[in-house]
Amino acid sequence: MADVNLSEAEKTFILHSVQDNFRDDGRSCEDFRHMEIETGLISNTNGSARVRLASTDVLVGVKVQLSPVDPENPEVGRMEFFLDCSANATPEFEGRGGEELASEITALLTRAYGCPSTMDYPSLCVLPGQQCWLLYVDILLLECGGNLFDAMSLAVKAALFNTKVPNVTMTKDEGGIELDVSDDPYDFKRLDVTGAPLVVTVNKIGHFHVVDASEKEEACSLARIMLGVTQTGTITAMKKEGSGSLDADSISDMMESAKKVGVLLNKSLLKALGEEEEQGTEAVGFLR
Amino acid sequence: MSVDIRLASSRGKGADLYHGEDPGNIVTPGDVITADTGFMRGHGTYMEEDCLHASVAGTVERVNKLVSVRPPKTRYNGEIGDVVIGRVIELALRRWRVETHSRMDSVLMLSSVNLPGGELRRRSEEDEKMMRSYLKEGDLISAEVQNVMSDGCLSLHTRSLKYGKLGQGTLVQVSPSLVLRRKTHFHNLPVGASIILGNNGFIWLSPTQDEQDGDTGGYQTNLQPVSHSDREVIARLRNCVLALADRQMLLFDTSILHAYEASMKHTVKELLKPEVIADVVDLVRQRMELEGS
Repeated sequence: MADVNLSEAEKTFILHSVQDNFRDDGRSCEDFRHMEIETGLISNTNGSARVRLASTDVLVGVKVQLSPVDPENPEVGRMEFFLDCSANATPEFEGRGGEELASEITALLTRAYGCPSTMDYPSLCVLPGQQCWLLYVDILLLECGGNLFDAMSLAVKAALFNTKVPNVTMTKDEGGIELDVSDDPYDFKRLDVTGAPLVVTVNKIGHFHVVDASEKEEACSLARIMLGVTQTGTITAMKKEGSGSLDADSISDMMESAKKVGVLLNKSLLKALGEEEEQGTEAVGFLR
Repeated sequence: MSVDIRLASSRGKGADLYHGEDPGNIVTPGDVITADTGFMRGHGTYMEEDCLHASVAGTVERVNKLVSVRPPKTRYNGEIGDVVIGRVIELALRRWRVETHSRMDSVLMLSSVNLPGGELRRRSEEDEKMMRSYLKEGDLISAEVQNVMSDGCLSLHTRSLKYGKLGQGTLVQVSPSLVLRRKTHFHNLPVGASIILGNNGFIWLSPTQDEQDGDTGGYQTNLQPVSHSDREVIARLRNCVLALADRQMLLFDTSILHAYEASMKHTVKELLKPEVIADVVDLVRQRMELEGS
């Protein structure tokens, strides 16, 4: 996350604004900023999505590949996350600058999606004990405007919703089973993302907490927790970040708000994605 | 609690930069502006193979024989006398380095500030040691451009009581080309907030200070909580400024006040939504055309 250096007075102003439940852009503590979403905009992936949350810009592509199963879990499919922090987002990401942030975010996403109820992993297994689908989820961070974790998880879920996994036909011949992946672009199955989690970051500022913090607010917050929340309000992952310490009471308060906001966020996302599916409009992309 | 997720396809066409008129002379970097050798090379252009090319994206402007390209999105090109807002990023020998969205970091010399209390005296070694107690990293200042060095680096000064350290408020950053050059850039708006429109695209919104408080050069910061009504005015102004900037409207006191008045029928947080932004900006544009300003 880009470092914003604020003066003492600005920090005080933001601190009091959170206390007042009236943030510097007029939002209350549990409001999200306006966001825009689009899926299916990269033609050479199996699924893609772009999320723009205020000025945070994230692009996600999902590629599927047949690969050997994990020997420890031979009956389920796999998912791998990779995040590239573009130096276009902030010069600090140049070279290896973004790697720490990238591993932090991918670790949290891996954990959030690690819970077996989040996705229908068994259906991603093609040949139990031998071959399964491996989902490569590639995230590209194009612009930082605060609240990266949430924006990325939104984009990941949207891209998974959009993912088209080609159907496989199996033929048995001497010596083993031959897998044949369909070339027909209309011969595919979709993934069920109703159980997929979204990350909700709750920032503690002063004695209060806010969701969807802008970069300035993040600079004022000493401690934050990230939670993976599903549509039913199940928490699949949790991580605490920042130098400050948190009271047990405030953690449970923060979890409650994250749960409330997370459920609403999941519902709104699926509603928007459903609408897009119905309209079936042309890709907008980056031009316009 | 509200979440607002939209589809990119539901967004209308991009901001209409030229309000329906055909500018006719938009170029992108590398475009040939003219192959005629009778023209002079201005800002934003370069000469190659006897053709004049654009080096930035923008509109071509011609003054007699001088051809230049004016980009809508640019870094700040400082001029002497400009009011700027900057953030202190580093302390160096007898100077502060200030980020002003210019191509190079600007400098504020210890000899070109008013020391606390408005005293005019020689800077001693003591003052050099005390520099961090006047301005430290992260502090925001308003200043005037005193000089533009040969390499483009700006030298600032705050030798007037209206300049100096800024207290509580919100900084909004827009493109420098959107801030209209006017006689005054400090305004106490009648709606109950002060605004400083920096020529460098940094805009400072703060609660209006009492007359006596304004005389300290800002070295004593008031950290008392700002009242809810002031906060609402500032937040509304912030969203109005960003709305105008989003639609490429020039920013000056009148346009901002018009936007503020036009926005009164919406709540502050509604002003973050694109359709409300479009509505407010359209009203401002109509009113400006009506008044002929």
